[in-house]
Amino acid sequence: MANKNAPLHLFDRPNSYIGQSVPRPEAHNLLAGRGQYVDDLQLPRMLHAAFLRSPYAHADILTIDTTAAADSAGVVAVYSGADFADQVTPWVGELTHLTGLRSPPQMPLAIDTATWQGEPVAMVVASSRALAEDACALIDVQYQPREAVCDPVAALLPESPVIHSEYKNNLAWERDVTAGDVEPAFADPANTVVEQVLRFGRHTGVTLEPRSSVVEFNPAEQTLTYHYSGQAPHMMQAVLAKHMQLPEENIRIIARDVGGSFGIKIHTYGDDIATALAARLLARPVKFIADRLESFASDIHARDHHIKARLAVTSDGTIAALQMYDYTGIGPYSMYPRTSAIECNQILNLTGAPYKIENYHANGKVVFQNKNMMCQYRAVGHPVAMAVADSLLEQAAREIKMDVVEIRRRNLIEDNAYPVVSATGMKFADLSHQQALERLVELMQYEKLRKQQSTANENSIRTGIGLVSMVEVTNPSPMFYGIGGAPISAQDGATVRMDAAGALHVSCSITEQGQGTNTIIAQVAAGVFGVDIKRVKVTTGDTATTPYGGGTWASRGAGIGGEAVLLAADALKQQVLEVAAIVLQSNADSLDISQGNVIDKSDSAQRMSLDELGKLVYYRGSELPAEVQPEFVATRHFRVSDFPFVFTNGAMAAQVEVDTDTGIVKVLDFWVVEDCGRVINPKLVDEQIRGGVVQGIGGALFEECLYSDDGQLLNATMADYLVPMAGEMPDIHIAHIETPTSTSTLGAKGAGEAGTGGAPAAILNAINDALAPLGASIHTMPATPERILQALGEVPT
Amino acid sequence: MKAPDFNYQRPASLSAALQLLHDNDQDAQLLAGGQSLMPMLHLRIAQPDMLIDLNRIDELATIDAGDAHIEIGSMVRYAQLEASEQIKTCLPLICSALPHIAHSAIRNRGTIGGSAALADPAAEMPALLIASNASINLVSTKASRVVSADDFFTGLYETALQPGEIIKSISIPKPGNNSVFGFYEITRRHGDYAMAGVAISAQQQSPLHKMRVVFFGVAEKPLRAHNCEQALENGTANDSGAIDLAIKSLEQLPLMGDQHTGVDSKRHLAGVALKRALQELH
Amino acid sequence: MNHAQQVDIELIVNHEKINCRVPVRVNLVDFLRNELGLTGSHVGCEQGVCGACTVEVDGTMVRGCLMLAAQADGSTVNTIEGFAESGRAGHLQQAFATHNALQCGFCTPGMLASALEYLEQGGVADRAAIRQHISGNYCRCTGYQAIVDAIEEVAGQTETTDGQ
Repeated sequence: MANKNAPLHLFDRPNSYIGQSVPRPEAHNLLAGRGQYVDDLQLPRMLHAAFLRSPYAHADILTIDTTAAADSAGVVAVYSGADFADQVTPWVGELTHLTGLRSPPQMPLAIDTATWQGEPVAMVVASSRALAEDACALIDVQYQPREAVCDPVAALLPESPVIHSEYKNNLAWERDVTAGDVEPAFADPANTVVEQVLRFGRHTGVTLEPRSSVVEFNPAEQTLTYHYSGQAPHMMQAVLAKHMQLPEENIRIIARDVGGSFGIKIHTYGDDIATALAARLLARPVKFIADRLESFASDIHARDHHIKARLAVTSDGTIAALQMYDYTGIGPYSMYPRTSAIECNQILNLTGAPYKIENYHANGKVVFQNKNMMCQYRAVGHPVAMAVADSLLEQAAREIKMDVVEIRRRNLIEDNAYPVVSATGMKFADLSHQQALERLVELMQYEKLRKQQSTANENSIRTGIGLVSMVEVTNPSPMFYGIGGAPISAQDGATVRMDAAGALHVSCSITEQGQGTNTIIAQVAAGVFGVDIKRVKVTTGDTATTPYGGGTWASRGAGIGGEAVLLAADALKQQVLEVAAIVLQSNADSLDISQGNVIDKSDSAQRMSLDELGKLVYYRGSELPAEVQPEFVATRHFRVSDFPFVFTNGAMAAQVEVDTDTGIVKVLDFWVVEDCGRVINPKLVDEQIRGGVVQGIGGALFEECLYSDDGQLLNATMADYLVPMAGEMPDIHIAHIETPTSTSTLGAKGAGEAGTGGAPAAILNAINDALAPLGASIHTMPATPERILQALGEVPT
Repeated sequence: MKAPDFNYQRPASLSAALQLLHDNDQDAQLLAGGQSLMPMLHLRIAQPDMLIDLNRIDELATIDAGDAHIEIGSMVRYAQLEASEQIKTCLPLICSALPHIAHSAIRNRGTIGGSAALADPAAEMPALLIASNASINLVSTKASRVVSADDFFTGLYETALQPGEIIKSISIPKPGNNSVFGFYEITRRHGDYAMAGVAISAQQQSPLHKMRVVFFGVAEKPLRAHNCEQALENGTANDSGAIDLAIKSLEQLPLMGDQHTGVDSKRHLAGVALKRALQELH
Repeated sequence: MNHAQQVDIELIVNHEKINCRVPVRVNLVDFLRNELGLTGSHVGCEQGVCGACTVEVDGTMVRGCLMLAAQADGSTVNTIEGFAESGRAGHLQQAFATHNALQCGFCTPGMLASALEYLEQGGVADRAAIRQHISGNYCRCTGYQAIVDAIEEVAGQTETTDGQ
């Protein structure tokens, strides 16, 4: 539904802020230490929760003795799983459109069996967190340990123990995708076939602000207020209503400042639900702030893929076929309500997506295991999909002695070919792979860099250059979750109203976690309506005061929420002009709003200020004709309707230095060309992309949740789980191509996943480019020094 | 992740601290800079009945330069060492290693004595003390004694400290004019504990004489490599034959891997660190 | 065991004299946040690794989680609220806002404290040195680049001023 009649001047008007690096109004608040995060809340009579967690990956719980804990100082209540059994209905992480996906019901605390190390088993509520922890240590739980099922491949063997007795095996979901026929291409001796086993370690979000909940319950009104550090208030409202069996309207979710989320805080966690249950049972506010140890042990993890893949190319570098088998371990349950099958599904959908591939076969198996649960985290599936396709492609290029840029030129979907439906059924429109690649080549001075590379190697240092061409899923439609029965809205709403002083108040259902959501809302509203941005006040993150909507996830805030704001601001403008026309005895069509004034469209002559109009309407309504009842408020909602998602694309490159003696990889330089459609605020989008790239570099080089063979998480501290820090990160160069999406007037697509989705492939390719002359290669992430030394044969495997 | 409860005492003098320790030895733990003990308290790995805070004992926080030795009080902080002209002039090995120890905010609190007493095998300071031929001055209510750094670090987080003893100070001999030093550590991120590291001292450079080669981050304690020293003794720092022999000698060392780096990699990296430290000997 | 020992402490926090009784096991950042309501300093790891709790005690920047509140008895403590109100971090705050050197803001108070330490110790506009100095402060949102840009800009201004 290309909006061909859209008034282009929207973005060229005097008050248009689209495309400008407007600073975030809330920045100074945060810079003065005046942010309001959940843990900053101190409510009267508030209690603090701590959880006793299973020390075993898999164990039957024989007895739980809470007597001593209940007597401990400051303790108000101690709960085990059984205590909540009649307080909450179980939840099941299934979606009907993921046919065959199964997962047993989950409860807030383990009952009878603990299925991962870190699963909450008992809860203490006390007058301070320290006293609650003291009492946790006094709870006596008798366990009967069981064999832990950890490796997702071994978990499907007939001899493996089965985690859930109601199932015959540990398979949660399987999907097979076939397009064309891959076999002839692999059998053709004229083709070059490359094959790899790729492994992607478990990562986790490590949001600096941990998961945080403060819950209040009012027994008289049966209302529950949940102070939430998260991304999707209305989803949380629906989840709590359904499982606590409260009317949805009795639940209010408030998200003020959120200290990072990245997908971590958008799921249903037993400890958070238990906190709400305790608040209801005790009729007192209860605070639960996950500490770092329990963040590592219970925040969702991501990735954990074991992939075998092969690619066939013809002698001229054309991709003839791509095939992959993915095993992924998701922990003991599928997470609720988004499920844990989405990452595998995305990988099957997205692998090779930038390229013309006719013959494609992919099989994914999603497997239960006794590790922490895995679910959607920033760039769901993207880093895996991009690394599989692009590492095979660069390997194939090396084998047929073709430049890695050239092989992409021969295979990328042409910019003039859209709309295109991919081998996996993805509908692509408005993409620019070719332009992005050529812009990247120019930005990084590819030819020059290659020439320097041949002379740069000395002693143990080898340099390498790696690229990736990528797609990114953004602006999801209801086809993503809602269609499968999840209480997850894919539309968003915005209400824009004008006050008596002519200022705008916008409330919107998308949420802010630091990306600059509120700034972008203000930019769009100010520009479309015609006021200075200083006169726009934005409210997000409160189910009581914002229209219904999905929140911020899957890079949808600017694209979907921004469009809702645009539509609402435009509607309000029309309403205001109609009233102004009556007052001015003019015609609404001949009027406009600019700089907070009603003006004549023809000569921009100022007719009256919005302040005057507001005061007239609100204070002196008697001056208006009786039949005129002004409404200076408009609400509009928006969803993407013609496509399941709006894809964006990009191209990235890394230059690395591998020290072949130490195995340490230093990222020397990094370049990104991103096409996220219309850029609303360059400074915000650039640092969003950079943050994503750094997270991607983290995944490629540093981050991994390490488990022992019996399912013990070994590195649950920030000293042992290595996150990217400033000292090792490069400056990142960014260029944009703007191909606005034709699904909206605003034309904005998402950009939040790009860096995290693409960077790992570029880094991996750069490392392998450096190692190739030595006959070595690596296909495991993170590419740790030890793994690189092993790949080089310096130390035994 | 909150500390368990404990009794807190903050003596103003060393003698008061010693008396408290004497009276409560089984249950008391000394709090120096706290940069390792506080995390252990939060994780409840450490659960002392009593914490004896040494941070107000001024007599433990001085740096005194004598004719032959520099005496560093156990409560001298890393930042204090970094700022000290005496350390800069007299102890180039320690001076060159300090910026590699954690991060500024940690060095502002962490103390030399705390690091020695903790004996973290991955930490730089214990290895530096052995390489510097330091002596650890211990006191108790009853006696005082001196233990050489060589003998002080006895195992994984284990030292020669006896019940009732406090590290009073650490004496480091002033190196001779011909002395040379090397320090190299291999870390994945700035300020991290090393995957492997080495501290080297020698009383003269060519030929190398009276060497001390001490590895850290590779075993259950800082490891002085005598065979390695012998291989290098009387050679030069760029004698590739001697270096190869020295690296070969690492095969006999009782190394230990960690969760990120297995023992084979540790051995390999120890060799790399040695080679690079020798290249930069100064 | 439940000694629940408490001690009386007297200290100056952000130029204000504070007298308080605290349980001995409470660390400095929890005390500042929960007792004094100075919630600008954040708790990210309670292990001294993330840097979000960095505050100034007697003129040096330290991890607020690695000190007991009892140890701050008699000390002068400054937090982000103090840096902001006194204007001491004004240039940095402005530069952070201009360069979009923060997203969620959770690391920001600690990051500013470390940046302030760098500048006040005479740090210069050298990107590698700045990166090294803030390498003990974790930020998950930005790519650190804008933070380095902001500190570099202020360091550059200071150099120019000094040069005059």
